[in-house]
Amino acid sequence: MAYEIILATTMAISILFALSLNIITGFCGQVSLGHAAFYGLGAYAGAMLTKAGWPLVAALPPAAIVAGCVGFIVGLASLRVRHDFLAITTMGVSFLFVGVVRKQEWLGGEIGISGIPAVQFGRPGLLVLSIICAGLFAVVAVYIKRSWMGFAFDSIANDEDTARVLGIDVPRFKLWAFVIGTSGAGIAGALYAHHVRYIGPDSFGFVESVTVLAMVIIGGIGSVWAVALAAAVLSVLPLWFQFIDDYKLLIYGLMVFGVVRFSPNGIAGAVQSLVNRRH
Amino acid sequence: MSALEIVGLNKSFSGFRVINDVNLFVEVGERRLIIGPNGAGKTTLFNIITGEIQPDAGTILLNGQNITNIPVQKRSHLGLTRTYQIITLFPNDSLLKNISLSLLALSSLRWSPFVALDVRNDIKLQALEVLDQVGLKRLADRPLNQTSYGEQRRVEIAMALAQRPKIILLDEPFAGLSIEERTQIRELLVSIPEEVTIVMIDHDMEVALEFAEKITVMHFGEVVVEGSRAEVVEHPKTREIYLGE
Repeated sequence: MAYEIILATTMAISILFALSLNIITGFCGQVSLGHAAFYGLGAYAGAMLTKAGWPLVAALPPAAIVAGCVGFIVGLASLRVRHDFLAITTMGVSFLFVGVVRKQEWLGGEIGISGIPAVQFGRPGLLVLSIICAGLFAVVAVYIKRSWMGFAFDSIANDEDTARVLGIDVPRFKLWAFVIGTSGAGIAGALYAHHVRYIGPDSFGFVESVTVLAMVIIGGIGSVWAVALAAAVLSVLPLWFQFIDDYKLLIYGLMVFGVVRFSPNGIAGAVQSLVNRRH
Repeated sequence: MSALEIVGLNKSFSGFRVINDVNLFVEVGERRLIIGPNGAGKTTLFNIITGEIQPDAGTILLNGQNITNIPVQKRSHLGLTRTYQIITLFPNDSLLKNISLSLLALSSLRWSPFVALDVRNDIKLQALEVLDQVGLKRLADRPLNQTSYGEQRRVEIAMALAQRPKIILLDEPFAGLSIEERTQIRELLVSIPEEVTIVMIDHDMEVALEFAEKITVMHFGEVVVEGSRAEVVEHPKTREIYLGE
Protein backbone atom coordinates (compact mmCIF):
# COMPACT_ATOMS: atom_id res chain seq x y z
CA MET A 1 0.00 0.00 0.00
CA ALA A 2 2.84 2.37 0.87
CA TYR A 3 4.22 2.01 -2.66
CA GLU A 4 0.85 2.85 -4.21
CA ILE A 5 0.64 5.95 -2.02
CA ILE A 6 4.10 7.03 -3.21
CA LEU A 7 3.04 6.53 -6.84
CA ALA A 8 -0.21 8.43 -6.34
CA THR A 9 1.58 11.31 -4.60
CA THR A 10 4.13 11.49 -7.41
CA MET A 11 1.26 11.60 -9.88
CA ALA A 12 -0.61 14.36 -8.05
CA ILE A 13 2.48 16.54 -7.69
CA SER A 14 3.38 16.04 -11.37
CA ILE A 15 -0.15 16.94 -12.41
CA LEU A 16 0.06 20.18 -10.44
CA PHE A 17 3.51 20.93 -11.87
CA ALA A 18 2.42 20.24 -15.48
CA LEU A 19 -0.83 22.21 -15.10
CA SER A 20 1.15 25.17 -13.81
CA LEU A 21 3.30 25.17 -16.97
CA ASN A 22 0.16 24.69 -19.03
CA ILE A 23 -1.05 28.13 -17.91
CA ILE A 24 2.11 29.79 -19.27
CA THR A 25 2.81 27.69 -22.34
CA GLY A 26 -0.54 26.08 -23.09
CA PHE A 27 -2.94 28.91 -22.36
CA CYS A 28 -0.78 31.96 -23.04
CA GLY A 29 1.63 30.51 -25.62
CA GLN A 30 4.84 31.53 -23.84
CA VAL A 31 7.33 28.71 -24.21
CA SER A 32 9.27 28.11 -21.00
CA LEU A 33 12.29 25.84 -20.73
CA GLY A 34 13.05 26.84 -17.18
CA HIS A 35 9.93 25.88 -15.26
CA ALA A 36 11.87 23.56 -12.95
CA ALA A 37 13.56 26.62 -11.44
CA PHE A 38 10.23 27.71 -9.95
CA TYR A 39 9.55 24.16 -8.81
CA GLY A 40 12.95 24.34 -7.09
CA LEU A 41 12.23 27.74 -5.56
CA GLY A 42 9.04 26.38 -4.02
CA ALA A 43 10.84 23.25 -2.85
CA TYR A 44 13.62 25.18 -1.15
CA ALA A 45 11.24 27.74 0.38
CA GLY A 46 8.89 25.00 1.65
CA ALA A 47 11.75 22.88 3.03
CA MET A 48 13.40 25.81 4.82
CA LEU A 49 10.12 26.83 6.43
CA THR A 50 9.13 23.36 7.64
CA LYS A 51 12.64 22.85 8.93
CA ALA A 52 12.10 26.07 10.89
CA GLY A 53 9.02 24.52 12.45
CA TRP A 54 6.22 25.62 10.10
CA PRO A 55 3.57 23.05 9.20
CA LEU A 56 3.62 22.20 5.47
CA VAL A 57 0.14 23.64 4.88
CA ALA A 58 1.34 27.01 6.19
CA ALA A 59 4.53 26.78 4.12
CA LEU A 60 2.69 26.35 0.82
CA PRO A 61 1.52 29.98 0.39
CA PRO A 62 5.02 31.44 1.01
CA ALA A 63 6.45 28.86 -1.43
CA ALA A 64 3.90 30.02 -4.01
CA ILE A 65 4.70 33.68 -3.32
CA VAL A 66 8.48 33.21 -3.63
CA ALA A 67 8.12 31.34 -6.92
CA GLY A 68 5.44 33.78 -8.15
CA CYS A 69 7.58 36.85 -7.39
CA VAL A 70 10.54 35.44 -9.33
CA GLY A 71 8.05 34.35 -12.01
CA PHE A 72 6.90 37.96 -12.27
CA ILE A 73 10.49 39.08 -12.89
CA VAL A 74 11.04 36.37 -15.51
CA GLY A 75 7.66 37.32 -16.99
CA LEU A 76 9.04 40.80 -17.56
CA ALA A 77 11.54 39.18 -19.92
CA SER A 78 8.63 37.79 -21.94
CA LEU A 79 7.60 41.38 -22.67
CA ARG A 80 10.88 41.92 -24.51
CA VAL A 81 11.60 38.57 -26.17
CA ARG A 82 9.37 36.02 -27.90
CA HIS A 83 9.26 32.46 -29.20
CA ASP A 84 12.72 30.84 -29.47
CA PHE A 85 14.36 33.76 -27.71
CA LEU A 86 12.00 33.43 -24.77
CA ALA A 87 12.71 29.68 -24.64
CA ILE A 88 16.45 30.38 -24.48
CA THR A 89 15.94 33.08 -21.85
CA THR A 90 13.89 30.78 -19.62
CA MET A 91 16.44 28.02 -20.16
CA GLY A 92 18.99 30.48 -18.81
CA VAL A 93 16.80 30.95 -15.72
CA SER A 94 16.96 27.20 -15.13
CA PHE A 95 20.77 27.16 -15.31
CA LEU A 96 20.98 30.32 -13.22
CA PHE A 97 18.85 28.78 -10.48
CA VAL A 98 20.99 25.65 -10.26
CA GLY A 99 24.21 27.69 -10.43
CA VAL A 100 23.15 30.10 -7.69
CA VAL A 101 21.75 27.44 -5.32
CA ARG A 102 24.95 25.40 -5.64
CA LYS A 103 26.95 28.27 -4.19
CA GLN A 104 24.61 29.02 -1.28
CA GLU A 105 25.81 27.31 1.89
CA TRP A 106 22.63 28.33 3.74
CA LEU A 107 20.67 26.33 1.16
CA GLY A 108 22.96 23.32 1.58
CA GLY A 109 25.13 24.15 -1.43
CA GLU A 110 25.99 21.14 -3.62
CA ILE A 111 24.76 18.71 -0.95
CA GLY A 112 21.27 20.17 -0.76
CA ILE A 113 18.82 19.96 2.09
CA SER A 114 18.23 16.64 3.83
CA GLY A 115 16.12 15.69 6.80
CA ILE A 116 13.08 17.58 5.56
CA PRO A 117 10.38 16.90 8.18
CA ALA A 118 7.69 14.36 7.43
CA VAL A 119 4.15 15.64 6.99
CA GLN A 120 2.02 15.51 10.16
CA PHE A 121 -0.33 12.77 8.94
CA GLY A 122 2.39 10.79 7.23
CA ARG A 123 2.39 9.74 3.59
CA PRO A 124 -1.41 9.41 3.33
CA GLY A 125 -1.68 12.98 4.63
CA LEU A 126 0.76 14.24 1.98
CA LEU A 127 -1.15 12.33 -0.70
CA VAL A 128 -4.44 13.94 0.33
CA LEU A 129 -2.82 17.39 0.44
CA SER A 130 -1.23 16.86 -3.00
CA ILE A 131 -4.54 15.69 -4.49
CA ILE A 132 -6.34 18.71 -2.99
CA CYS A 133 -3.72 21.13 -4.36
CA ALA A 134 -3.69 19.50 -7.83
CA GLY A 135 -7.51 19.37 -7.86
CA LEU A 136 -7.87 23.01 -6.82
CA PHE A 137 -5.33 24.11 -9.41
CA ALA A 138 -7.16 22.14 -12.09
CA VAL A 139 -10.41 23.89 -11.10
CA VAL A 140 -8.66 27.27 -11.24
CA ALA A 141 -7.24 26.37 -14.68
CA VAL A 142 -10.66 25.36 -16.02
CA TYR A 143 -12.18 28.55 -14.61
CA ILE A 144 -9.43 30.69 -16.17
CA LYS A 145 -10.12 29.03 -19.52
CA ARG A 146 -13.76 30.15 -19.30
CA SER A 147 -12.91 33.66 -18.12
CA TRP A 148 -11.94 36.86 -19.88
CA MET A 149 -8.36 36.08 -18.85
CA GLY A 150 -8.49 32.73 -20.65
CA PHE A 151 -9.97 34.44 -23.67
CA ALA A 152 -7.15 36.99 -23.67
CA PHE A 153 -4.50 34.28 -23.13
CA ASP A 154 -5.91 32.42 -26.10
CA SER A 155 -5.67 35.48 -28.33
CA ILE A 156 -2.08 36.17 -27.22
CA ALA A 157 -1.12 32.54 -27.92
CA ASN A 158 -2.78 32.80 -31.34
CA ASP A 159 -1.38 36.13 -32.47
CA GLU A 160 0.13 38.52 -30.01
CA ASP A 161 0.37 41.44 -32.43
CA THR A 162 -3.28 41.26 -33.46
CA ALA A 163 -4.31 40.99 -29.81
CA ARG A 164 -2.34 44.15 -29.08
CA VAL A 165 -3.90 46.06 -31.97
CA LEU A 166 -7.35 45.00 -30.75
CA GLY A 167 -6.57 46.74 -27.47
CA ILE A 168 -5.81 43.71 -25.30
CA ASP A 169 -3.28 44.56 -22.63
CA VAL A 170 -0.82 41.86 -23.70
CA PRO A 171 1.95 42.69 -21.19
CA ARG A 172 -0.47 42.55 -18.24
CA PHE A 173 -1.90 39.18 -19.27
CA LYS A 174 1.54 37.70 -19.92
CA LEU A 175 2.60 38.69 -16.43
CA TRP A 176 -0.58 37.16 -15.02
CA ALA A 177 0.24 33.89 -16.79
CA PHE A 178 3.76 33.83 -15.41
CA VAL A 179 2.68 34.69 -11.87
CA ILE A 180 -0.13 32.11 -11.75
CA GLY A 181 1.94 29.40 -13.46
CA THR A 182 5.08 29.88 -11.40
CA SER A 183 3.10 30.09 -8.14
CA GLY A 184 1.56 26.72 -8.98
CA ALA A 185 5.03 25.33 -9.64
CA GLY A 186 6.13 26.71 -6.26
CA ILE A 187 3.36 24.79 -4.47
CA ALA A 188 4.22 21.63 -6.43
CA GLY A 189 7.87 22.08 -5.47
CA ALA A 190 7.09 22.43 -1.76
CA LEU A 191 4.99 19.25 -1.89
CA TYR A 192 7.76 17.46 -3.81
CA ALA A 193 10.36 18.43 -1.18
CA HIS A 194 8.23 16.79 1.52
CA HIS A 195 7.57 13.80 -0.69
CA VAL A 196 11.23 12.92 -1.28
CA ARG A 197 12.47 14.64 1.91
CA TYR A 198 15.78 15.45 0.33
CA ILE A 199 16.39 18.10 -2.31
CA GLY A 200 19.52 19.21 -4.11
CA PRO A 201 20.19 21.66 -6.96
CA ASP A 202 20.26 18.86 -9.55
CA SER A 203 16.67 17.88 -8.72
CA PHE A 204 15.53 21.06 -10.52
CA GLY A 205 17.75 21.22 -13.56
CA PHE A 206 17.11 21.51 -17.25
CA VAL A 207 16.06 17.86 -17.54
CA GLU A 208 13.12 18.48 -15.20
CA SER A 209 12.09 21.53 -17.23
CA VAL A 210 12.14 19.49 -20.44
CA THR A 211 10.26 16.63 -18.78
CA VAL A 212 7.40 18.86 -17.66
CA LEU A 213 7.27 20.54 -21.08
CA ALA A 214 7.03 17.06 -22.64
CA MET A 215 4.02 16.33 -20.38
CA VAL A 216 2.29 19.49 -21.62
CA ILE A 217 3.06 18.81 -25.30
CA ILE A 218 2.08 15.13 -25.16
CA GLY A 219 -1.13 15.96 -23.28
CA GLY A 220 -2.10 18.69 -25.69
CA ILE A 221 -1.13 22.30 -25.19
CA GLY A 222 -3.91 24.18 -23.44
CA SER A 223 -6.06 21.19 -22.47
CA VAL A 224 -6.45 20.75 -18.72
CA TRP A 225 -7.64 17.14 -18.59
CA ALA A 226 -5.21 15.84 -21.23
CA VAL A 227 -2.18 17.52 -19.67
CA ALA A 228 -3.21 16.09 -16.27
CA LEU A 229 -3.52 12.64 -17.86
CA ALA A 230 -0.14 12.89 -19.60
CA ALA A 231 1.51 14.12 -16.41
CA ALA A 232 -0.03 11.29 -14.39
CA VAL A 233 1.15 8.59 -16.81
CA LEU A 234 4.57 10.03 -17.63
CA SER A 235 5.42 10.68 -13.99
CA VAL A 236 4.93 7.08 -12.90
CA LEU A 237 6.16 5.38 -16.06
CA PRO A 238 9.79 5.36 -14.88
CA LEU A 239 8.66 4.08 -11.48
CA TRP A 240 6.60 1.24 -12.95
CA PHE A 241 9.25 0.21 -15.44
CA GLN A 242 12.63 0.79 -13.84
CA PHE A 243 14.53 0.33 -17.11
CA ILE A 244 12.72 3.38 -18.53
CA ASP A 245 14.41 5.63 -15.99
CA ASP A 246 17.79 5.18 -17.71
CA TYR A 247 16.29 6.10 -21.07
CA LYS A 248 13.73 8.61 -19.78
CA LEU A 249 14.84 11.54 -21.91
CA LEU A 250 15.18 9.38 -25.00
CA ILE A 251 11.70 7.92 -24.57
CA TYR A 252 10.12 11.29 -23.75
CA GLY A 253 11.91 12.82 -26.72
CA LEU A 254 10.58 10.12 -29.04
CA MET A 255 7.09 10.58 -27.64
CA VAL A 256 7.23 14.35 -28.18
CA PHE A 257 8.51 13.75 -31.71
CA GLY A 258 5.68 11.30 -32.39
CA VAL A 259 3.05 13.65 -31.01
CA VAL A 260 4.32 16.68 -32.92
CA ARG A 261 4.52 14.60 -36.12
CA PHE A 262 1.20 12.73 -35.93
CA SER A 263 -1.01 14.70 -33.54
CA PRO A 264 0.32 18.24 -33.00
CA ASN A 265 -2.43 18.94 -30.49
CA GLY A 266 -1.42 15.96 -28.35
CA ILE A 267 -3.78 13.51 -26.72
CA ALA A 268 -6.48 16.17 -26.51
CA GLY A 269 -6.25 16.82 -30.26
CA ALA A 270 -6.34 13.11 -31.10
CA VAL A 271 -9.43 12.56 -28.95
CA GLN A 272 -11.11 15.64 -30.41
CA SER A 273 -10.54 14.47 -33.98
CA LEU A 274 -11.91 11.02 -33.09
CA VAL A 275 -15.03 12.63 -31.62
CA ASN A 276 -15.41 14.86 -34.69
CA ARG A 277 -15.08 11.83 -37.00
CA ARG A 278 -17.84 9.95 -35.13
CA HIS A 279 -20.22 12.88 -35.57
CA MET B 1 -8.44 69.92 -35.32
CA SER B 2 -7.52 67.01 -37.59
CA ALA B 3 -8.53 63.44 -36.78
CA LEU B 4 -5.03 62.36 -37.71
CA GLU B 5 -2.04 64.62 -37.92
CA ILE B 6 1.39 63.32 -38.90
CA VAL B 7 4.34 65.68 -38.90
CA GLY B 8 7.90 65.00 -40.08
CA LEU B 9 7.67 61.23 -39.88
CA ASN B 10 10.83 59.27 -40.69
CA LYS B 11 11.73 55.60 -40.51
CA SER B 12 14.75 53.68 -41.75
CA PHE B 13 15.51 49.96 -41.74
CA SER B 14 19.25 49.19 -41.74
CA GLY B 15 20.01 52.59 -43.19
CA PHE B 16 17.36 52.33 -45.92
CA ARG B 17 14.80 55.09 -45.51
CA VAL B 18 11.28 53.69 -45.97
CA ILE B 19 9.38 56.71 -44.65
CA ASN B 20 10.88 60.03 -45.59
CA ASP B 21 9.62 63.16 -43.90
CA VAL B 22 5.95 62.32 -44.30
CA ASN B 23 3.34 64.90 -43.35
CA LEU B 24 -0.32 63.94 -43.42
CA PHE B 25 -3.43 65.73 -42.19
CA VAL B 26 -6.76 63.90 -42.26
CA GLU B 27 -9.91 65.73 -41.20
CA VAL B 28 -12.63 64.26 -38.98
CA GLY B 29 -15.02 62.15 -41.05
CA GLU B 30 -12.80 62.29 -44.13
CA ARG B 31 -12.39 59.31 -46.49
CA ARG B 32 -8.71 59.36 -47.44
CA LEU B 33 -7.08 57.03 -49.92
CA ILE B 34 -3.35 56.37 -49.90
CA ILE B 35 -2.00 54.91 -53.11
CA GLY B 36 1.42 54.10 -54.43
CA PRO B 37 3.37 51.24 -55.99
CA ASN B 38 4.68 48.30 -53.96
CA GLY B 39 7.37 49.38 -51.55
CA ALA B 40 6.09 52.95 -51.35
CA GLY B 41 5.87 52.70 -47.56
CA LYS B 42 2.08 52.68 -47.22
CA THR B 43 1.77 49.68 -44.88
CA THR B 44 4.83 50.81 -42.90
CA LEU B 45 3.07 54.13 -42.43
CA PHE B 46 0.01 52.29 -41.05
CA ASN B 47 2.25 50.19 -38.78
CA ILE B 48 3.82 53.35 -37.41
CA ILE B 49 0.43 55.00 -36.86
CA THR B 50 -0.82 51.97 -34.88
CA GLY B 51 2.44 51.74 -32.94
CA GLU B 52 3.55 48.36 -34.24
CA ILE B 53 6.70 50.08 -35.51
CA GLN B 54 8.32 53.00 -33.73
CA PRO B 55 9.35 55.94 -35.95
CA ASP B 56 12.87 57.34 -35.89
CA ALA B 57 11.50 60.87 -35.87
CA GLY B 58 8.21 62.70 -36.18
CA THR B 59 4.95 63.17 -34.33
CA ILE B 60 1.54 61.52 -34.62
CA LEU B 61 -1.50 63.24 -33.21
CA LEU B 62 -4.85 61.49 -32.90
CA ASN B 63 -7.65 64.01 -32.43
CA GLY B 64 -5.07 66.43 -31.08
CA GLN B 65 -3.48 63.98 -28.67
CA ASN B 66 0.15 63.02 -29.18
CA ILE B 67 0.21 59.23 -29.49
CA THR B 68 3.76 58.85 -30.85
CA ASN B 69 5.04 57.04 -27.77
CA ILE B 70 1.80 55.43 -26.58
CA PRO B 71 1.74 51.56 -26.55
CA VAL B 72 -0.18 49.79 -29.32
CA GLN B 73 -3.04 48.55 -27.13
CA LYS B 74 -3.65 52.02 -25.65
CA ARG B 75 -4.05 53.54 -29.13
CA SER B 76 -7.09 51.40 -29.81
CA HIS B 77 -8.54 52.64 -26.52
CA LEU B 78 -8.22 56.14 -27.97
CA GLY B 79 -10.34 55.19 -30.97
CA LEU B 80 -7.75 53.98 -33.49
CA THR B 81 -8.30 50.65 -35.17
CA ARG B 82 -7.11 48.90 -38.32
CA THR B 83 -7.39 45.97 -40.67
CA TYR B 84 -4.49 44.18 -42.37
CA GLN B 85 -3.48 43.45 -45.94
CA ILE B 86 -3.24 39.78 -44.99
CA ILE B 87 -6.06 38.87 -42.65
CA THR B 88 -4.71 38.28 -39.15
CA LEU B 89 -7.66 37.13 -37.09
CA PHE B 90 -7.96 34.07 -34.85
CA PRO B 91 -8.61 31.33 -37.42
CA ASN B 92 -9.49 28.45 -35.09
CA ASP B 93 -12.05 30.45 -33.15
CA SER B 94 -15.64 31.05 -34.14
CA LEU B 95 -16.80 34.30 -35.70
CA LEU B 96 -18.69 34.98 -32.47
CA LYS B 97 -15.53 34.59 -30.41
CA ASN B 98 -13.53 36.84 -32.73
CA ILE B 99 -16.10 39.62 -32.45
CA SER B 100 -16.50 39.08 -28.69
CA LEU B 101 -12.76 39.48 -28.25
CA SER B 102 -12.89 42.77 -30.10
CA LEU B 103 -15.78 43.98 -27.92
CA LEU B 104 -14.21 42.78 -24.68
CA ALA B 105 -10.84 44.38 -25.32
CA LEU B 106 -12.38 47.83 -24.97
CA SER B 107 -15.21 47.10 -22.54
CA SER B 108 -15.05 47.85 -18.82
CA LEU B 109 -14.83 44.09 -18.31
CA ARG B 110 -11.19 44.24 -19.32
CA TRP B 111 -10.43 45.27 -15.75
CA SER B 112 -12.03 42.08 -14.44
CA PRO B 113 -9.81 39.32 -15.84
CA PHE B 114 -11.44 36.61 -13.75
CA VAL B 115 -15.02 37.24 -14.83
CA ALA B 116 -16.52 34.10 -16.41
CA LEU B 117 -17.68 34.87 -19.91
CA ASP B 118 -20.35 32.23 -20.33
CA VAL B 119 -22.50 34.09 -17.81
CA ARG B 120 -22.06 37.38 -19.68
CA ASN B 121 -24.84 37.10 -22.19
CA ASP B 122 -24.65 40.82 -23.01
CA ILE B 123 -21.31 40.42 -24.79
CA LYS B 124 -22.69 37.53 -26.82
CA LEU B 125 -25.77 39.52 -27.80
CA GLN B 126 -23.66 42.52 -28.82
CA ALA B 127 -21.38 40.27 -30.88
CA LEU B 128 -24.38 38.72 -32.62
CA GLU B 129 -25.72 42.18 -33.36
CA VAL B 130 -22.39 43.17 -34.95
CA LEU B 131 -22.39 39.98 -37.04
CA ASP B 132 -25.96 40.72 -38.08
CA GLN B 133 -24.91 44.17 -39.30
CA VAL B 134 -22.37 42.60 -41.66
CA GLY B 135 -24.73 39.80 -42.69
CA LEU B 136 -22.84 36.99 -41.00
CA LYS B 137 -25.06 36.17 -38.02
CA ARG B 138 -25.93 32.78 -39.50
CA LEU B 139 -22.24 31.81 -39.39
CA ALA B 140 -21.71 32.97 -35.79
CA ASP B 141 -20.59 29.58 -34.45
CA ARG B 142 -18.51 28.55 -37.45
CA PRO B 143 -14.71 28.59 -37.02
CA LEU B 144 -13.23 31.47 -38.98
CA ASN B 145 -10.98 29.16 -41.02
CA GLN B 146 -14.10 27.49 -42.42
CA THR B 147 -15.42 30.68 -43.99
CA SER B 148 -14.59 32.26 -47.35
CA TYR B 149 -11.93 34.92 -47.74
CA GLY B 150 -14.56 37.56 -48.38
CA GLU B 151 -16.43 36.59 -45.21
CA GLN B 152 -13.19 36.77 -43.24
CA ARG B 153 -12.60 40.25 -44.62
CA ARG B 154 -16.09 41.26 -43.45
CA VAL B 155 -15.39 39.82 -40.00
CA GLU B 156 -12.15 41.77 -39.85
CA ILE B 157 -13.92 45.03 -40.67
CA ALA B 158 -16.75 44.13 -38.28
CA MET B 159 -14.22 43.60 -35.49
CA ALA B 160 -12.75 47.01 -36.16
CA LEU B 161 -16.20 48.64 -36.22
CA ALA B 162 -17.31 46.81 -33.06
CA GLN B 163 -14.78 48.90 -31.19
CA ARG B 164 -16.65 52.08 -32.18
CA PRO B 165 -13.49 53.69 -33.58
CA LYS B 166 -12.94 57.36 -34.31
CA ILE B 167 -10.50 56.49 -37.06
CA ILE B 168 -10.13 53.26 -38.97
CA LEU B 169 -7.14 52.30 -41.12
CA LEU B 170 -7.99 49.85 -43.89
CA ASP B 171 -5.04 48.11 -45.54
CA GLU B 172 -6.13 46.91 -48.97
CA PRO B 173 -9.64 45.79 -47.96
CA PHE B 174 -10.46 44.72 -51.53
CA ALA B 175 -7.33 42.65 -52.10
CA GLY B 176 -7.96 39.07 -53.23
CA LEU B 177 -11.75 39.42 -53.36
CA SER B 178 -14.14 38.34 -56.10
CA ILE B 179 -16.31 40.94 -57.85
CA GLU B 180 -19.30 40.00 -55.71
CA GLU B 181 -17.23 40.17 -52.51
CA ARG B 182 -15.86 43.56 -53.53
CA THR B 183 -19.39 44.86 -53.87
CA GLN B 184 -20.25 43.55 -50.40
CA ILE B 185 -17.18 45.19 -48.85
CA ARG B 186 -17.88 48.44 -50.68
CA GLU B 187 -21.44 48.46 -49.32
CA LEU B 188 -20.07 47.74 -45.86
CA LEU B 189 -17.62 50.64 -46.08
CA VAL B 190 -20.30 53.00 -47.35
CA SER B 191 -22.44 52.10 -44.32
CA ILE B 192 -19.73 53.22 -41.87
CA PRO B 193 -21.04 56.29 -39.97
CA GLU B 194 -19.88 59.62 -41.40
CA GLU B 195 -18.20 60.73 -38.18
CA VAL B 196 -15.75 57.84 -38.41
CA THR B 197 -12.62 58.87 -40.28
CA ILE B 198 -11.33 56.31 -42.77
CA VAL B 199 -7.82 56.08 -44.17
CA MET B 200 -7.48 53.36 -46.79
CA ILE B 201 -4.65 51.85 -48.79
CA ASP B 202 -5.66 50.16 -52.01
CA HIS B 203 -4.43 49.21 -55.43
CA ASP B 204 -7.89 48.90 -56.95
CA MET B 205 -8.04 52.44 -58.27
CA GLU B 206 -11.53 52.10 -59.67
CA VAL B 207 -13.20 51.05 -56.43
CA ALA B 208 -10.99 53.16 -54.23
CA LEU B 209 -11.33 56.36 -56.25
CA GLU B 210 -15.08 56.01 -56.08
CA PHE B 211 -14.85 55.79 -52.31
CA ALA B 212 -12.26 58.44 -51.43
CA GLU B 213 -12.64 62.20 -51.25
CA LYS B 214 -8.98 63.01 -51.05
CA ILE B 215 -5.99 61.02 -52.25
CA THR B 216 -2.38 60.87 -51.14
CA VAL B 217 0.18 59.32 -53.48
CA MET B 218 3.30 57.85 -51.91
CA HIS B 219 6.48 56.84 -53.69
CA PHE B 220 9.75 55.63 -52.14
CA GLY B 221 8.53 56.58 -48.67
CA GLU B 222 7.56 60.13 -49.60
CA VAL B 223 4.26 61.89 -50.16
CA VAL B 224 4.59 63.04 -53.78
CA VAL B 225 1.06 64.17 -54.64
CA GLU B 226 -1.98 65.05 -52.59
CA GLY B 227 -5.35 66.42 -53.58
CA SER B 228 -8.82 65.69 -54.85
CA ARG B 229 -9.49 62.72 -57.14
CA ALA B 230 -9.34 64.85 -60.28
CA GLU B 231 -6.20 66.67 -59.21
CA VAL B 232 -4.34 63.47 -58.39
CA VAL B 233 -5.40 61.62 -61.52
CA GLU B 234 -4.30 64.52 -63.72
CA HIS B 235 -1.09 65.20 -61.86
CA PRO B 236 2.00 64.44 -64.01
CA LYS B 237 3.77 62.80 -61.06
CA THR B 238 0.93 60.29 -60.65
CA ARG B 239 1.03 59.52 -64.34
CA GLU B 240 4.77 59.12 -64.17
CA ILE B 241 4.58 56.67 -61.25
CA TYR B 242 1.66 54.62 -62.57
CA LEU B 243 2.01 54.90 -66.33
CA GLY B 244 5.70 55.65 -66.68
CA GLU B 245 4.84 58.72 -68.76
